[in-house]
Amino acid sequence: MNLWRKLACALLAIVLCASAAANWLAPEGYARQDREAISVPPSRAHWLGTDELGRDRFARVLYGTRISLLLAPAAALLSTLMAALIGGLAGYLGGVWARMAMAVTDLFLSLPWLFLLITTRALMPLNVSPLFSVIVTFLLLGLLGWTTAARILCATAASLRTADFVRQARAAGVRGQRLFWIHVMPNLKPVLYAQFWISIPVFILSEANLGILGLGVAEPMPSWGSLLKELEGLVSVGEEPWKFVPLALLVLVVMSFQFLLSNQEEVAA
Amino acid sequence: MKMRTTFGNVMLVAALGLASFAGRAAAQTGGELRFCLRMEPKTFDPLKVEDEASAAIRYLTGGTLVRVNRQSQELEPELALTWKVSKDGRQISFRLRNGVSFSDGTSFSAEDVAYTMQQLMDPALHSPTGDAFRSGAGSVETKVISPTQISITFPAPVAGLDRLFDQVAILSQHSPKKELAVLGPFMLGEYKPGASVLLKRNPNYWKADEQGHKLPYLDSIHLDIQPNRDVEMLRFKRGELDLINSLDSEYFDKLAATSPQLVHDAGPSLDSEQLWFNEVAKAPIPAYKKTWFRSASFRRAISEAINREDLSRVVFHGHAQPAVGPFSPANKFWFNSKLKPQVYDSNAALKALQNEGFRLENGTLKDKDGNAVVFSIITNAGSKIRERMAVLIQDDLQKIGIHVNVVTLDFPSLIERMTQTYDYEAIILGLTNVDLDPNGEMNVWLSSAENHQWNPQQKTPETAWEAEIDRLMRAQASSTDPKKRKEAFDRVQEIVVEQEPFIFLINKNSLSAVSTMVRGAVPVILSPQTFWNAERLTVAAK
Repeated sequence: MNLWRKLACALLAIVLCASAAANWLAPEGYARQDREAISVPPSRAHWLGTDELGRDRFARVLYGTRISLLLAPAAALLSTLMAALIGGLAGYLGGVWARMAMAVTDLFLSLPWLFLLITTRALMPLNVSPLFSVIVTFLLLGLLGWTTAARILCATAASLRTADFVRQARAAGVRGQRLFWIHVMPNLKPVLYAQFWISIPVFILSEANLGILGLGVAEPMPSWGSLLKELEGLVSVGEEPWKFVPLALLVLVVMSFQFLLSNQEEVAA
Repeated sequence: MKMRTTFGNVMLVAALGLASFAGRAAAQTGGELRFCLRMEPKTFDPLKVEDEASAAIRYLTGGTLVRVNRQSQELEPELALTWKVSKDGRQISFRLRNGVSFSDGTSFSAEDVAYTMQQLMDPALHSPTGDAFRSGAGSVETKVISPTQISITFPAPVAGLDRLFDQVAILSQHSPKKELAVLGPFMLGEYKPGASVLLKRNPNYWKADEQGHKLPYLDSIHLDIQPNRDVEMLRFKRGELDLINSLDSEYFDKLAATSPQLVHDAGPSLDSEQLWFNEVAKAPIPAYKKTWFRSASFRRAISEAINREDLSRVVFHGHAQPAVGPFSPANKFWFNSKLKPQVYDSNAALKALQNEGFRLENGTLKDKDGNAVVFSIITNAGSKIRERMAVLIQDDLQKIGIHVNVVTLDFPSLIERMTQTYDYEAIILGLTNVDLDPNGEMNVWLSSAENHQWNPQQKTPETAWEAEIDRLMRAQASSTDPKKRKEAFDRVQEIVVEQEPFIFLINKNSLSAVSTMVRGAVPVILSPQTFWNAERLTVAAK
């Protein structure tokens, strides 16, 4: 294992262990308001300072990591799998199946997501736990986020249908599901990986923006998305660079995963 | 010699004429003023205005018979040269200006005033502005005496009658453009939904300044629809906007630190922020919650459990005061100075709830039937102030075992829940007071009114105290004796503080920002704080 992968491993281990140990590292929790210490800079008492309500930012980063590290990849996985199934299968089967699948994809792309999300908020009870609210949010993102990748996968799978190795496999008697899952699908992996990694930060930011519709993580629960929203106050960020910590964390974690998984691809090849 | 003299005289006259023209042109070329509306205007019909954005457009485009000078707070003539209110307060007569035209050239006359009043008082229209004029049962009669004279008679006395016409923009009876034909300094030029509203100078505006130059000075006003206050602030700092009519305290402090000449604190405003519970009987919420919300003891306990000092200090950075009741102390005459501020005491609040049968079990407050006291507070997304207030209140109430879910919604969804579906439990919103006179809030305090927000449009008052408020508001509205009116409204304020249908939280200071490129701006506390004299503002060329 080279140095970069070791570093990636170490970073991920630290982040995951720290978020798991949030109860010990930040025993006061993410919701406690120190109203005498509003928007204070980092200090011994508050390692990343406090926010506008006097809540410890370090605690909120730790607890927010749990939400975002767990749910954003889960939503990305869901959307990627859906894209793989719908797009990949449609491209492999071709013909009327591909046309039907792409018609459904186009329909999803043309749907006004905003009204769908507003309707979801309207149908959801107002009194749901923050956890339920965030699970619904990421589930929605996963269910709606597959369309663009599906089109790409459909085209890729269609091109693989006539590839030499697929013809060879057919000639050898491999058919149907076996041909798809064993010969075609593995060759879609690069696109799937790219889709997965692109989706994670997109979903984290989307979750934060969904707050305007009443979805997303409800107060006082933090998430990387809601912490990144602090960067919207651009008039003050230059004076408060510690607000960039969630963004730096997001970038480092995503890059670390990419380093690790790209290693596995090399080994497989 | 004579020819030279004649030629010289001609040149002199020509030069003077050119100078005069240039002077008039200079006075009229006032540039374009740019600022933001915080939300999409819901209507351009001045009679249906009930949101801040629509009110701003009405103020800039509407011609009124009289106008409250936002600086001196005195009533001044506008389209009406003179007016007279009868001794019994039931009739008002106006003598109108002659030779005035609407923006499309249609002539203005007393018939337009009569038409406007008929529309305003039409019950089918449900005009929020019209509510202020409803003093009793019966219809309003208008009598056009001549093209420049009209008298309007009400079924019962209306107190402060003349001041109420500050909110009534006159419509044209004959213009094919209907409400788009206006008498104000500006007219609607372009509307891009979701993006902007452009108001252009009304070429037929009747007013001129003391030197005889036609008003307004500005060529146009560009209103960007921008709910995000961070973006608004950034654009102001970059010089893309000329003013911020209402500035958040956080930005006020940051701007004051670097550019103190741009910010203005006019002191306590008339505005308030409040929390209220849904008391609508047909609301789709559980019956046991309706029981809580309709209990004055419950509401008073909640009020007592909220730390208003912290709200002022933490959320508003000290640029606000804890609210005492429905009127701000800035309203010196009408504010009931006998009212005492609500003291924060969570122990007393818990005790009061326990006396009502609530009990604390494992850190959760439960009612006498064992239902955990859990409810949601909704507020408009994008308002960091209200979101932070909601989270502070969530924390305060957690201390007495009440679990609050804070939900932020887009404004249209919030208004829909509040006014149509009644599908909410508690809301934090604010009241923007335009007028000092309580008559301006008839559409809030009358139980039958649309803006009686905790339980609007009641056919008959559902509680004795609401019936009493109805009686007192009508009494003060129909009296012309300031002392009697004050007594009646003092009692309204006392009832509101006792019953807490609105839990008044804070009165914020009037904070604004005005670019140094804007000439003539004088920020005040009455809305609209910075562009109340828009017709006399100019913007220097950039």
